[in-house]
Amino acid sequence: MTSDTDTLTAEDPITGEEIEIPADVEVGEIIDSPVTGTELEVISLDPVVLDEAPELEEDWGE
Amino acid sequence: MRVGVLYSRIRKDEKLLLGELRERGHDVEKIDVRKERFGLDSTTAAVDDLDVVVDRCLSTSRSLYATRFLDSYGVPVVNGPETGDVCADKAKNSLALAEADVPTPATEVAFTKEAALEAIESFGYPCVLKPVVGSWGRLMAKIDSRNAAEAILEHKETLGHYEHKVFYVQEFVDKPGRDVRVLAVDGDPVAAMTRSSEHWLTNAAKGGETEPFDLDERATELVERASEAVGGGMLGVDLMEVGVEADTAETGGSGEYTVHEVNHTVEFKALDAATDVDVPARVVDWLEAKAVELADGAVVGADA
Repeated sequence: MTSDTDTLTAEDPITGEEIEIPADVEVGEIIDSPVTGTELEVISLDPVVLDEAPELEEDWGE
Repeated sequence: MRVGVLYSRIRKDEKLLLGELRERGHDVEKIDVRKERFGLDSTTAAVDDLDVVVDRCLSTSRSLYATRFLDSYGVPVVNGPETGDVCADKAKNSLALAEADVPTPATEVAFTKEAALEAIESFGYPCVLKPVVGSWGRLMAKIDSRNAAEAILEHKETLGHYEHKVFYVQEFVDKPGRDVRVLAVDGDPVAAMTRSSEHWLTNAAKGGETEPFDLDERATELVERASEAVGGGMLGVDLMEVGVEADTAETGGSGEYTVHEVNHTVEFKALDAATDVDVPARVVDWLEAKAVELADGAVVGADA
């Protein structure tokens, strides 16, 4: 749901709280939860669904 | 053009790239490799009619397999699987650079801790032990003594994945507190920066401070040759200045370098921020040219 032109609201998957995230997020993008600082992945945009981001794996990088 | 973007995580780098592609009116197909299946003849990924697919997988294993499958279907993908294969493995990377006569740190690979200890002792202290697959400075060890060497080797042999039993031992290069990262497209430098730190690891991912860097003729030549050595493409070429003291590095280098690594899924957000170059724009310029080249059936790096 769009709260204004710059942000969307979504449910924090860890705390259940409603949080604001940038309106231009992409599916697959990682954002930091403004509540816990946890990395969250954008799963979908319509509706906005967030989930805990995958943990760092050994072969990640450049 | 129709561009596919292979990914499993949209970082700032991918966000910049997607923004630039869309701004220019290109049709973008995001392909989350976690959701797809790759058969011997076809894939569930929507790759039909794409002019070019750019690999932005964060996971090296996914990058290597996904690009290999796409390449086998005849889907144009950059960087190609051969380039990825060489760059993803530090031993292959070092070999490719050495074979192309590109200066690179002296390196030995050993398969047992006893042989690795011999390699370490032959280099002397300090020297460096690196995982053959890894990035962002993870699990790198600067070894200062035999006691440390024995402990690290035992830990790696006991705890590690089998790849950690491929002991990649390298001379320690006494760089002037910084190294140089160059983003290059088919050997042509797009932007360059230094990464500085008090720590011996200067990776931007480790918090190294970044500054723009003007490449001299020698560095430019080495970037071109290093790119060619691994098969070309969009690459992050890492160099260290040799024969330069830390307190004189700002006023002029020795003009000599050693190339320690070439990265095939290069991150560029730090370069974009550190320099005046519009890095995503230059990358998309290259992708546009690449799509035309591929459509014309021209040679693309060493993968074609």
